[in-house]
Amino acid sequence: MSEYDSDIEAAIREDHPALITYITAGDPSLEDTKAYVEALDRGGSDLIELGLPFSEPIAEGQTIQAAINRALAAGTTPEGFFELVDDLETEAPLLVMTYYNMILQYGVSEAPRASDSDAASPRNEPDVRPFVERAAEAGLSGIIVPDLPAEEAEPLRAACDDHGLDLVFIIAPTTEGERLETIMSHVSGFAYVQARLGTTGARANVSGATHDSLARLSEYDVPKAVGFGVSEGDHAAEIIEAGADGVIVGSALVEIIADADTPEAAVDRLEAKARELKRGARRGADSITVDPEDTPEPEQP
Amino acid sequence: MSTERERDDERRSNRTGTFGDYGGQYVPEALMPALQELEDAYERYVLENEDGFMDEFRERMRDFGGRPTPLQRADRLSERYDREIYLKREDLVHGGAHKLNNALGQVLLAKYMGKERIIAETGAGQHGTATAMAAAHLDMPCEIYMGRTDVNRQRPNVYRMRMNGAEVNPVEAGSGTLKEAINETMRDWATTVERTHYVIGSVVGPHPFPQMVRDFQAVIGDEIRDQIQEKAGRLPDSVVACAGGGSNTMGTFHAFVPDCANPRFADGSSGDGPREQVDLYAVEAGGSSLEIDESEGVAPNSATLSTGTDGVLHGAMTKLLQSTDGQIMESHSVSAGLDYAGVGPELSHLVETGRVTPASVDDEDALNGFHRLSRLEGIIPALESSHALGYLEKHTDELGDLVVVNVSGRGDKDLETVLEETEKRDLEAAPDVEVFDQ
Ligand SMILES: Cc1ncc(COP(=O)(O)O)c(C=O)c1O
Repeated sequence: MSEYDSDIEAAIREDHPALITYITAGDPSLEDTKAYVEALDRGGSDLIELGLPFSEPIAEGQTIQAAINRALAAGTTPEGFFELVDDLETEAPLLVMTYYNMILQYGVSEAPRASDSDAASPRNEPDVRPFVERAAEAGLSGIIVPDLPAEEAEPLRAACDDHGLDLVFIIAPTTEGERLETIMSHVSGFAYVQARLGTTGARANVSGATHDSLARLSEYDVPKAVGFGVSEGDHAAEIIEAGADGVIVGSALVEIIADADTPEAAVDRLEAKARELKRGARRGADSITVDPEDTPEPEQP
Repeated sequence: MSTERERDDERRSNRTGTFGDYGGQYVPEALMPALQELEDAYERYVLENEDGFMDEFRERMRDFGGRPTPLQRADRLSERYDREIYLKREDLVHGGAHKLNNALGQVLLAKYMGKERIIAETGAGQHGTATAMAAAHLDMPCEIYMGRTDVNRQRPNVYRMRMNGAEVNPVEAGSGTLKEAINETMRDWATTVERTHYVIGSVVGPHPFPQMVRDFQAVIGDEIRDQIQEKAGRLPDSVVACAGGGSNTMGTFHAFVPDCANPRFADGSSGDGPREQVDLYAVEAGGSSLEIDESEGVAPNSATLSTGTDGVLHGAMTKLLQSTDGQIMESHSVSAGLDYAGVGPELSHLVETGRVTPASVDDEDALNGFHRLSRLEGIIPALESSHALGYLEKHTDELGDLVVVNVSGRGDKDLETVLEETEKRDLEAAPDVEVFDQ
């Protein structure tokens, strides 16, 4: 775990069970995103992930991919994203979720292009520090990078450590044994437990892989939040009951944004959805702590 | 400052599967165990020939694949350019392109690993076709992802894949080319990774793919080396190959990388003193222009090595066509197989260190190359390979007296595109195409 005090870990532990929400910044515009984030905050989110759109989101399913496409079509840039975060005042800490290339390119000076091809092009060294510095300055509390496995994360980890940001790692259903130990030794903030194989996207039920993953992680004293496929209060209840400290919901919220007739309607529905999810999570926590005599048979992991 | 630099260098050399600053493994966590499993299988079966894997692979490449392919002296090109021109005939590999070397290697490896299902992406359809053939040959179920634009411009290959029993899934996203097909195949893989092997079609992607695909393709350069010494009595002055992802390029160049005046490359490999200098040219698609319209997010070319900048795409650090913000550009080429915004990390490294010369040829010169070889030598080359032939025409004087050009594939798949594109232009090497319309 990190040496510094983690806002994220504190938020998850204090507001247990935690609701973590995700939307894509700039979908359909950065102004709308501001209102949506505030709605999620009012609705009881304990942590909010904001997607900084990248054109090749290989870990994303169709719903979030479409949101990213809308955000890019609306002209969302990293600088626009950071200005949005500068403006936001939420109770919930904010994380940025993006792909590694976006972090590498931030702050790289304009590259010489083909037109000056006779000049040998000087190297254009990617460096993660400008992004992390700007993220810290904007008040973000952490970073999640779905295409950056622990093996490649050292430079970003070092930069995050220097600026007191958490770098959140994903634990997949395929993560076991030595790999699991290595990743858990890197975890800061919380462990993002991927509920099932595949990409993000709302699903109708909670995967059995969730229970297996949580069982594998039970000995680690780190907050665990489950995401990928969670869309309803009942899922949230089931996941918390299975031993998670938080639930992460993205695609279901992005669908609300995509389907709403007006931004105002989206604001209302996002707030209501967050309340439903948070209630579900609490229900799950309550059913763990009720009088043992009324407790049904414990779930087999 | 210097200690930070040292730490950086140390970190780089400790990373897995890198070529200088390039390469690595940038994929979702769910895929990491599969990459480790693949790395292990690659080391055991490919590098150490465990269970006779490489013996079986070579035998199948001979009997099913038609190797070795000829190194043919091109008499009329030699006359035209007043030097010795040799063509490596990868168009004669079963399926019509070098792609089978890799596809058969990987499908066989998947079988040795106990995988039950094959998936692949394809641009020109050549890799998809080769994978479908290899999967049929080795009795494995197979699904291929292909961008919608490429499905439309490479129909003969779509039919061939389906005839060999593969399912073809068109990908509608983006500009419907190779980049989108790779994204979609990665998503499938992330869902089914435990029983599925993803046969990547070029020297791209996360480690160990770039290295493993290069090793399966290295047979091209190994054969050229023996064949040219037998025919011409010495090594060539230069070797020219086209580069999309870079698999035929790396396969052709690998055996020649140490043949270089640069001491950085000259040592180590043979220990037999100074080696002859062999210049290596990687020819990319210049499309209609080398300019980039950043505001539109498009590059009217696929000339990544010449114009790209460093970044991470599809699992590796490499050169990319990208905006200054890091968004990947839509690329363009008249040839589907070169239409990709990235390139293999090892090729990026060889360009960065000066061993390989990056070059590009525009659509028009490639089309002329296509017609010229068809007319002069009776070989209809793939539009991809035609870029290498276009370079030969334009830069003959720089290539020395003895030149090898890799004809990476045959052009049957491209006839529709060639007719359409030729009609639009006044091409110096083209026959009158109007007669075809009657
Ligand atoms: C005939 C042929 N040559 C070249 C290529 C480009 O790929 P690579 O650069 O990996 O050789 C392709 C790709 O489909 C091809 O079909």
